Amino acid sequence: MKQAVVGAIALMASTVTVQAAETVPGDVDYGEYGEVQQSLTGAPGDSEAGREVVSNRALGNCVACHAAEALVDVPWHGEIGPVLDGAGSRWSEAELRGIVANAKMMFEGTMMPAFYKTEGFTRAGDAYTGDPAPEDLPPILTAQQVEDVVAYLMTLTDE
Amino acid sequence: MGISLRGTLGLASAVAALTLGTGTAIADEEAELVVNEEIEMVVRAEAPDHLADTLDTIYSGWVFRSDETQALQADDFDNPGFVFVDVAMDAWNAADGAAGKSCADCHNDPMDSMVGVRAVYPKWNDEAGELRTLEMQINACRTGQMEAEEWKYDGSDMVNMTALISVPSRGLPVNVAYDGPAQEYWEMGKELYYTRTGQLELACANCHEDHYGDMIRADHLSQGQINGFPVYRLKNAKLNSAHARFKGCIRDTRAHTYKPGSAEFVALELYVATRGNGLSVEAPSVRN
Ligand code: HEC
Ligand code: HEC
Ligand code: HEC
Repeated sequence: MKQAVVGAIALMASTVTVQAAETVPGDVDYGEYGEVQQSLTGAPGDSEAGREVVSNRALGNCVACHAAEALVDVPWHGEIGPVLDGAGSRWSEAELRGIVANAKMMFEGTMMPAFYKTEGFTRAGDAYTGDPAPEDLPPILTAQQVEDVVAYLMTLTDE
Repeated sequence: MGISLRGTLGLASAVAALTLGTGTAIADEEAELVVNEEIEMVVRAEAPDHLADTLDTIYSGWVFRSDETQALQADDFDNPGFVFVDVAMDAWNAADGAAGKSCADCHNDPMDSMVGVRAVYPKWNDEAGELRTLEMQINACRTGQMEAEEWKYDGSDMVNMTALISVPSRGLPVNVAYDGPAQEYWEMGKELYYTRTGQLELACANCHEDHYGDMIRADHLSQGQINGFPVYRLKNAKLNSAHARFKGCIRDTRAHTYKPGSAEFVALELYVATRGNGLSVEAPSVRN
């Protein structure tokens, strides 16, 4: 119990600091090719946490569409998008940030969803309830989660 | 489980994908479906004219399912959907409503009177001046002919009855018309089919036209045809209407869905049905 309280306080503290430097979805500065230079949180992400976001169907669920040798322990990989192995060699950090935040800026009309976007949808819903979206629809991933995913993708280099 | 960008894995599809593996699932697309060693189903056909620029071949959803799931549909004794057909047969024979009539009083044996009906719905009804799904026609009989309460559009009474009515059309080609007054509904349905909805911004076409045959997480994507509807799903152990499936697929794009029976889904059903013109009526089919 005591641990939980301490944890909660630590979490609140970190949220406060993160928010100070966080770029909101509408303010993300996409470059000419859809790349994003600045970290959305102002800090580097955590690649271990990013691996979880990529694998977990309730979070990024990237493996729904992408396969990766690096994720063999995760069941069921999709075959909609390219294999993710080597993404950290093929792309720069800024490009990967842009792809994860809003892949449509780089790949016009792509099937890949925009994970850090809150506006411009047709019949946006409230997550997977089928109900209408709330006024303040959050992006699918938080700024921190986007940075974590970028950090993880940067570890997927060609040996 | 719909798209499986969410939720937990249904047991059935886990078994399916385990058996087939991602790469070999495609091989299944060669299988033939003969029901009760008698009804030869057309599970792949030349695409109808209106799709000629888009697809060469249309496929029944049966083609994309695992060997085990496919086998369940080959014999009515193994097909769990027939339990519900029997339930509907009892309803067919039971008087209901102020007029004291049953379906049987006017339509006798559905295995004779309903031959070919499933294959042509949704259908324009001149007298009523509306496009009618099978569900709408059944409710029109219930209120107009029987003076009974409407059934809930995708409730079990209704979906079971649509399955019963489909049985005598099994093996006949879907042949849904979309000319004349139906055309504007067809155009509306087509528009919906290509509209990218929800926070995931995905249209039916993204998955069912551009990526059929591919795995999306644990699901082997079909063309999203409705020639097999209503379908018995191993996932929820009951018959499911086409509108319930549409709703699930749209919801899984993180969208605000439409309601079963809504004008949008009636139009979408008309359009999707015509994408399957030429495939056999299969209902009740079996899916995971
Ligand atoms: C609905 C399917 C879908 C989902 C979900 C999805 N992607 Fe993609 N992704 C694609 C497609 C399709 C492409 C190819 C881009 C194009 O359209 O040309 C792509 C491209 C990419 C690329 C560049 C490919 C390369 O050459 O290496 C990366 C990196 C990527 N995705 C990462 C992710 C990550 C990380 C997630 C989860 C946060 C994710 N994707 C979720 C479909 C998806
Ligand atoms: C009192 C007589 C009567 C009863 C009872 C009745 N119907 Fe009908 N039904 C009709 C008539 C008349 C038509 C044709 C009217 C039309 O085409 O609009 C019809 C048409 C239909 C059709 C469309 C057939 C086609 O070829 O398109 C279906 C399906 C149907 N009924 C189902 C049912 C069901 C199910 C029940 C019981 C729940 C039922 N009916 C009860 C008189 C009846
Ligand atoms: C993100 C991908 C995706 C999108 C978008 C999507 N679906 Fe589906 N749909 C699936 C999956 C996965 C299944 C289950 C496997 C299969 O049959 O394809 C499915 C199944 C179906 C089925 C059942 C087919 C059968 O034979 O049992 C129908 C019908 C269907 N979808 C129609 C639609 C329609 C109409 C839309 C647009 C409103 C749509 N889907 C949008 C992924 C999608």
